[in-house]
Amino acid sequence: MIKKFKPAIAAAAVSLAMLSQMAVAAEEQFFPMIDYRVGPYGSNGQSFYGGFIDYLNYVNIKEKGVNGVQMTYEECETEYNTSKGVECYERLKSKAAKSAGPIHTMSTGISYALIDKSAQDKLPLAMMGYGRTDAVDGSVFPYAFPLVTTYQMQASAIIKFLKDKNGGSLAGKKIVYLYHDSAYGKEAIIAMNAEAGLNKFTVVQIPVAHPGNEQGAQWLKIRQERPDYVVFWGWGVMNQTALKAAQKVGFPRDKMIGSWWTGSEEDVIPAGEAAKGYMAATWNVAGKQVPVITDIEKVVYGAGKGNMEDKSKIGTILYNRGVSAAVLSVEAIRKGQEKFGKGKALNGEQTRWALENLNITEARLKAIGATDLLPEIKTSCANHEGSGKVKIQQWDGAKWVPVSGWIEGNKSLIHPLFQASAKQYAAEKGITPRDCSKEK
Amino acid sequence: MNFFLEVLIGGLLSGLMYALVALGFVMIYKASGVFNFAQGAMVYLAALSVVGCMEKGAPLWLAIILAFVIMTLFGIATEKFVLRKLVNQPPIALFMATIGLAFFIEGLAPMVFGSEPRALELGIVDEPIPWILDNWNMVISKFDLVAAGVAAVLVATLALFFQYTRVGRALRAVADDHQAALSIGIPLQHIWAIVWGVAGFVALVAGMMWGARNGVQFALTFTALKALPVLILGGFTSVPGAIVGGLIIGASEKLAEIYIPPVMQDMFGGNFGGIEGWFPYVLALLFLLVRPEGLFGEKHIDRV
Repeated sequence: MIKKFKPAIAAAAVSLAMLSQMAVAAEEQFFPMIDYRVGPYGSNGQSFYGGFIDYLNYVNIKEKGVNGVQMTYEECETEYNTSKGVECYERLKSKAAKSAGPIHTMSTGISYALIDKSAQDKLPLAMMGYGRTDAVDGSVFPYAFPLVTTYQMQASAIIKFLKDKNGGSLAGKKIVYLYHDSAYGKEAIIAMNAEAGLNKFTVVQIPVAHPGNEQGAQWLKIRQERPDYVVFWGWGVMNQTALKAAQKVGFPRDKMIGSWWTGSEEDVIPAGEAAKGYMAATWNVAGKQVPVITDIEKVVYGAGKGNMEDKSKIGTILYNRGVSAAVLSVEAIRKGQEKFGKGKALNGEQTRWALENLNITEARLKAIGATDLLPEIKTSCANHEGSGKVKIQQWDGAKWVPVSGWIEGNKSLIHPLFQASAKQYAAEKGITPRDCSKEK
Repeated sequence: MNFFLEVLIGGLLSGLMYALVALGFVMIYKASGVFNFAQGAMVYLAALSVVGCMEKGAPLWLAIILAFVIMTLFGIATEKFVLRKLVNQPPIALFMATIGLAFFIEGLAPMVFGSEPRALELGIVDEPIPWILDNWNMVISKFDLVAAGVAAVLVATLALFFQYTRVGRALRAVADDHQAALSIGIPLQHIWAIVWGVAGFVALVAGMMWGARNGVQFALTFTALKALPVLILGGFTSVPGAIVGGLIIGASEKLAEIYIPPVMQDMFGGNFGGIEGWFPYVLALLFLLVRPEGLFGEKHIDRV
């Protein structure tokens, strides 16, 4: 009996062996997803990471991965809590030992906690628009990437926008800088002061204690100061409270411009009518007019693989931002594969190299249907930011409308501040900076 | 002087908003001698219930009624599943139970109604009253005045309830001694269910006012942080004390935020703003040293 089936058994065994070999050969690019979907800021994370994962699935379905390499991920919930973020990192880092895409934590606190660890473990940490901003200087921070824009460059770009609005000069004007009294809020003070010195305007700093759900005193002070503009660095409930408080003291909302943490639908809808006319910086537009967003809905949700439970969030600022972060990450994987071998997954060191050698042009963004999801980005060892550009958008009561083109902050004013800070960090930590001229 | 008055009045009105939350704590403490850690979460749940019901198509008035039903059912369930087993246990056990309850609500409420921040329109615009602005150049918000009126009505109702109703007297008896109250035939379970229901109602009022002001979102749980110094000042067992404590905390934190930082800046340089987060706690701490039971709290005497 056995004799009779011997050839068939042998053939089956060979096939199985071949199949298992193929399975081993199928490369996977792993993304450690240290994210948050519950807790105080869960709704922000749901949209951002939903967009991120949707784009990874989009690449897998539409292109069968990057040169055949499938994008995979594992999520770990942080609830925006720094200690949980570190726990998640420790849990996922072994899985990322062989193949690692950039880590996006969407949290300045978690990013700060991971900067040294990720460098030791050779895992690249992306901090798009947040985190430790002097990591722009890659000679000191090889594994940390405050990509696209930093708080300081963003503040500088906002000042440039206001300057253009005022016929090219802000001399004699008064600007209140209303900020969350935390490391995040304080980061941009140095840029505001530098811009004030350069452009001859006065800046009045007014901090708001966390969580910022009561700002009566601050806004009475603002009323007393009678500023021309309020530049606003808020977070969470502080954003709606500020808009409502501005309404209460009669301060015009179209004289308020916020950072990108204050410019999502979640930040303005709870404030109702009080938010109408308010402006905020962003590096990605909202809406489904961006071709890749429409295509994701068609391809990914059409295949029943969409990550968003609430499909109405597709096309919101934070969803699109998640897609923008994923576009950048996948483009880095493509770049890395060009150097280290097409069809091969990248490890952390290789992804780090790719992030440091990005060159995403307008033409490339157009080709992948992502125009206006990102500005052009060109990174290097000396410049881990790569862009420094933002757009200004305005809330019309129902949606965000872009009211400017790309505006670049004053790099010659701001970047030396990063370099000085990074130099000090290197001295404190005993780090010998890399020689960027020798990096390729 | 005008500016000083503006800050003072604004602070007093803000203080009444804190008092709305503090009242919920007082309710539970009066009836069970327990500090209810979950009060902030209850404020969140109540406001979320209102907007959740409105999103399902209910008009505002119906949503408020439904939210009240939800809060009452929640109160009854809390008594049945959490507190009943803890009768005669030390207060710390009840306190720990309320910590668990807070986390439970904070997890469950957004799962049921969604976690995204939402607006709650009560039809009262948070804008300055024009004739006060025109005649005295002072910003007094219509919304704040309504909130003050709501707080006053709530306090009067609760004070009368505690003082003159049978249930109110029973509540006070239970608070003094669970076992003694049980021995004279006071139905402890019913009393606790009622008090948690009333605390739920207070949370609903507070949640609606705070939700209308800042949006309905997780941060409503933080309103509890504003109520703690109010309670220390006013006393944990006094309904009018919550109001007076609220007024003192509201006014002092606003005046401190405006007038202390410039003095500190002149003395030491740097920026000392943003002190209203911790100033009320320092004030409450100092007050504790002088009058630990609070302004209107009951003085506790133990016989040796």
